[in-house]
Amino acid sequence: MHSVSVKNVSLNFGAASVLKNMNLDVEEGEFIVLLGPSGCGKSTLLNCLAGLLELSEGQIFIKGKNVTWVEPSERGIGMVFQSYALYPQMTVRGNLSFGLKIAGLPKDEVDRRVARAAEILQIGPLLDRKPGALSGGQRQRVAIGRALVRDVDVFLFDEPLSNLDAKLRSELRVEIKRLHTRLNNTMVYVTHDQIEALTLADRIAVMKGGVIQQLADPQTIYNKPSNLFVAGFIGSPSMNFLSGKTIEGGRAFQFGDTRIDLAGYDGGAVLERDQAILGVRPEHISVSHEAPSGPSIPAVVEIDENLGADSLVWLMCGTKEICVRVPVEGRLPAGTQVHLALDIHKASLFDAKTEQRI
Amino acid sequence: MAMSSAVAIDPSGAKPKPLFAPGRVLIYSLLIVTSIYYLVPLYVMIITSLKDLDQIREGNIFIPTLKPSFDAWVKAWSQACTGLNCTGLAPGFWNSVFITVPSVIVSIAVASISGYSLAMWPFKLAEWCFTILLVGSFIPYQVFLYPLVIITREMGIYSTLYAVIFVHTVFGLPILTLLFRNYFASLPNELFKAARVDGAGYWRIFFRVLAPMSLPIFTVAVILQVTGIWNDFLFGVIYAGPTNYPMTVQLNNIVNSLQGVKEYNVEMAATILTGLVPLTIYFLSGKYFVRGIAAGAVKG
Repeated sequence: MHSVSVKNVSLNFGAASVLKNMNLDVEEGEFIVLLGPSGCGKSTLLNCLAGLLELSEGQIFIKGKNVTWVEPSERGIGMVFQSYALYPQMTVRGNLSFGLKIAGLPKDEVDRRVARAAEILQIGPLLDRKPGALSGGQRQRVAIGRALVRDVDVFLFDEPLSNLDAKLRSELRVEIKRLHTRLNNTMVYVTHDQIEALTLADRIAVMKGGVIQQLADPQTIYNKPSNLFVAGFIGSPSMNFLSGKTIEGGRAFQFGDTRIDLAGYDGGAVLERDQAILGVRPEHISVSHEAPSGPSIPAVVEIDENLGADSLVWLMCGTKEICVRVPVEGRLPAGTQVHLALDIHKASLFDAKTEQRI
Repeated sequence: MAMSSAVAIDPSGAKPKPLFAPGRVLIYSLLIVTSIYYLVPLYVMIITSLKDLDQIREGNIFIPTLKPSFDAWVKAWSQACTGLNCTGLAPGFWNSVFITVPSVIVSIAVASISGYSLAMWPFKLAEWCFTILLVGSFIPYQVFLYPLVIITREMGIYSTLYAVIFVHTVFGLPILTLLFRNYFASLPNELFKAARVDGAGYWRIFFRVLAPMSLPIFTVAVILQVTGIWNDFLFGVIYAGPTNYPMTVQLNNIVNSLQGVKEYNVEMAATILTGLVPLTIYFLSGKYFVRGIAAGAVKG
């Protein structure tokens, strides 16, 4: 039985179609991340799961129960919002217990759950403060606590870390991961931050235009993006895209005057295509001063950015700009003539017309 | 200080201006003139109300009296005559209280809940309702005067306090509903969503979550309604009936009374007494008033 099941869900706001015939099954205890640029429908989908938006079509199941028309509070979900959404006039304790009191839980049960959430999130000393007296990170902990006390199977996170500064964000990210390991709840997490997605997710659903572009584990998403959009969206800096065509019955790729051998390509039948795009991540290109024995692409160094752990080298290959991630030793001054060798095994080849991975 | 160089470096930017820069002088003189323009009449009213008629006849309206007396105030409150009734303003004051209190409470209660519904619970005809309210707030009162006479007559309340209360409540609704709608629309929507996930329903979200955050807008609404209804003359004259006239109408009757001697001191005292309620409200809540107007205006 799936923990959360989205079946043929569509949502229209007037003429605008925000979700298009969406299907998604989330396993018990799975951490799934909905990732995409603004306006891709990821938050909308989450709001539909929570019951805060009415579907135009389709059905939603939580723990096998059809909850399409069920009130948010009856769905067995807890939700954490980007703006924390704490009730400003109530203390932290009041915020945590508000829903429980509405549900009519006995007082000792309410106290027990609040104490447990406070212990897990280490917010015990804050219980009698008002949200206004808390820092951003503390507020978000309380917001997570409010979902926690509900003792639910499914947690919904709507960009919970976007309002925090970079340092707190990475701290709370680890904490959410730890929370998931400890509670083993199903978690659906919306973000536009690919680092959050790659680090937290068991599976990532990359969305664009109300459609899931690819649903897979982070490794697959990163290494074998199913189309050009996913390939370009994931990874920073972006994947390098070389436009050309496949020749010799699919054994090689022609980029400008350079022939790149496709032996070892990890994908489907390449065939001969007039318009194809070869995508290679910056860390899958190596730079050498002398031409290697195999085929290589000549390029000229433009900028060498030192990032500390490694450096990003921006090169011009004809009129095409290429980014390469290299170890930091041996800096490359601008204007240096170098040769690039591509790791074809880790590259992705796309049909330029369908934009799908081959 | 490792820097041994003694060269003085001027701080960048302009030096703060002295208190009596030409621009400042202009602003302050303008403000002072405006204040005088508004305060002098009040000053004249207060000192005149403290004089007796002989002192008034001396004609020095700007010179305060050496023997101030509150006789005129007492007379205005309890003895001044309107026609044959010599009851002073007191009955009018109580009529105004009986009109203002229920009208303010009912109109704010209804408008806050309607505004909350419009802002937070979008329904099919919400846009239409919004438009109707918008139009409603701009229709001149005069258009409704006669129809409302008939309506209140058919309701059997014409010429009673209930009629005035009813009319004030109805006329307060459009503008107040818009005020509340805009305020609630400016509150973070995620708060509303969080409350729904917590299982709070329509009323609980309003009373437990949103209303406690809305003190500024409730204050604005109270000020608008209390001053508006207290200062009203037209509806009081038309719908209340002679025995239920509010304070403003009685003030008018006292001041415009053509019989006997013109008692300027009593008239001044009566006028100040009538204006005292809105004046007090403004003084006590001016800060909230400005804050609330701004808060409601952030988002349309």
